Amino acid sequence: MTERAKTVFSRVVAAVTGGGLVSLLRTRTIVVLVLLLLALVAGIELARPGTVNALWASNMMLFAAPLGIVAAGQTLVMLTGGIDLSVASVATASAYLMATHSGLGVAPAILYGLGVGFVVGLINGIGVALLRVQPLVMTLGTGLMTEGMLVVYSQKKMADAPRVPQFIEDLGAGKFLGGIPNDLIVWAPIAIILIFVLRRTGYGRLLYAIGDNSKACSLAGIRVWRILLLNYVTCGLLAAAAGLIIVGGTDSAELRLAEVYLLPSVAAVIIGGTSIFGGRGGYSGTIIGALILTVLNSILTLLDVPESVRQILYGAIILLLAAAYTRLTD
Amino acid sequence: MITSSEGKSSVMAVPAASNMRLATRLRRSLRRDPSLFFMPALLIVSVAITVAIHPQFSDFDLQSLAMGALPLAFAAAAQTVVVIAGGIDLSIGSVMAVANVLAASAMEKASFEQSLLLAVAVLMAGAAIGALNGLIVVLSRIPDVVATLTSGFIWGGVALVILEKPGGGAPQEFLNLGTGTLFTPWLPNALVLLVAAVGVIWIPLRRSKLGLQLFAVGSDRIAAFRSGVNIDRTRFAAYIFSGLFSAVGGLGLTMTTGIGAPLAGVYYTLSGLAAVVVGGVSLAGGRGRMLGPVMAAFVLTLIPTDLIFLNIDPNFGQVIQGTLIVVIVMIGGFVDMERNRK
Repeated sequence: MTERAKTVFSRVVAAVTGGGLVSLLRTRTIVVLVLLLLALVAGIELARPGTVNALWASNMMLFAAPLGIVAAGQTLVMLTGGIDLSVASVATASAYLMATHSGLGVAPAILYGLGVGFVVGLINGIGVALLRVQPLVMTLGTGLMTEGMLVVYSQKKMADAPRVPQFIEDLGAGKFLGGIPNDLIVWAPIAIILIFVLRRTGYGRLLYAIGDNSKACSLAGIRVWRILLLNYVTCGLLAAAAGLIIVGGTDSAELRLAEVYLLPSVAAVIIGGTSIFGGRGGYSGTIIGALILTVLNSILTLLDVPESVRQILYGAIILLLAAAYTRLTD
Repeated sequence: MITSSEGKSSVMAVPAASNMRLATRLRRSLRRDPSLFFMPALLIVSVAITVAIHPQFSDFDLQSLAMGALPLAFAAAAQTVVVIAGGIDLSIGSVMAVANVLAASAMEKASFEQSLLLAVAVLMAGAAIGALNGLIVVLSRIPDVVATLTSGFIWGGVALVILEKPGGGAPQEFLNLGTGTLFTPWLPNALVLLVAAVGVIWIPLRRSKLGLQLFAVGSDRIAAFRSGVNIDRTRFAAYIFSGLFSAVGGLGLTMTTGIGAPLAGVYYTLSGLAAVVVGGVSLAGGRGRMLGPVMAAFVLTLIPTDLIFLNIDPNFGQVIQGTLIVVIVMIGGFVDMERNRK
């Protein structure tokens, strides 16, 4: 379409909708996301009356929390124009290491889990920030390394089987006060801190600035590498934390535990309006993105179709949402 | 900036270079592209290491090496086409899986002649899947990383729909195309097939107008656009060839494993990309040769083999693969930095 045709087209659209809707969609994308989420919920209720109740809502929050936490790290990284493809391996490794060290007590076991996230995040950060490897390649490499190490480790550890401690189980699957999921205790503070940091602190501003133009930032005297390093370490820690919650929910530490979270973690961020090229977006959008994907998953579960068909539908809907979004905000 | 202008000059230099003497040409291309020397050297060294730690290296070992490297080499070739055009395709493993299960489920009761026809059909299906990937990337404007990550997820589902559990099969003569040997036990069919398929698809493409456009788009999209290259069509074409190579890889999987496995392909997305990086193809696009990634596939296949010979857990192979990717990209980064300084 030529530039001229485009302006004509947008004028026509503006005339049809009175100019209000489209510009609302463009400036307040979060409103659209919330509307979409509500529409999905309404769709479920219409298709299966009685499904949507307090228990359902609390289950949705319970399932959304680990995705929301992995996607939190992914949001931070994507805001600076990067991507972290190692999050799923880190989450799995964290869960597995925690489970095999549960004999030491809960706190040391959790530290072992988070330690994985810290180490892999640090390696990612050193590679991306100091040695200037493309984030895609760097995190791909560390993801392969983590996965390989985990397989080797799991075979050495055959004797003492991994065991998920009660505390982690409660965290990943339990609820309190008659319906508030326990994992919200982890997710809510992370969300509040992240939104605050991104909106109100210098560190947050710097993330956007680096994502927008990292060269300009370093010319302005900002030590870009420090911010990036911190960013990847945070992302690793968040992925590790999410891994602990995931294993609490499934109660068995497997070697492919968190594999399924890689695509949704990227998709939640994209659907939530954060640009993969950096500099635009935020965590509140990602939260809604994670909720949309979780509700979508529950709809597909209700459909009672084979796992493979669900996978196809899930991917296709993600593509449609991301395409609509990219078109809308471009 | 430096990389893009270099990529352009290498594209432009091709017609002029063809008149030069061989030695001069070789020296020039070596200076321009050290990986031309590096990759064969790495392959020879890793074969030498293998023979050193396993002196009874026999024709059988060569055959299993070629069989092991066959699918990976095609995955790497598929990725190379897209990467040269400045993109990335994270759906290759799933497309290979689709081709693998399609072939295995259709050929189970087929005769050899029928299976050859079915193989052609699978190749066309692969190209069609690649075309769909290309359409998604070009039309939706979703960044290619996300678009192909998602479409790969979808194709993974399609593979599961076609064949839920590992199974199926193919006539023995067809399997023999990937597992047997030609003339002497030292010339595995897998190697012949690899050279033939890559040669038949890549060499004409590389020499065609489209091939030049792939490099042009990969090295500098805006410059290519201003020179009249249709960017969208070129990127679309790159994904078609990626799908085609992935389908050959899927057929290779069927030949070497004898069955179809819906989850077997997953591994090849990342390992194929690893081979591309190790093979010296710049992920920035516009630079690289097909030979590098294909040879790198052999090197990456040799690593776990060597570990087994050394009595080390072969799962360390994946760790080494990951480390290799990172280290090689870092070295590449340093080389670029040094060049910039001059």
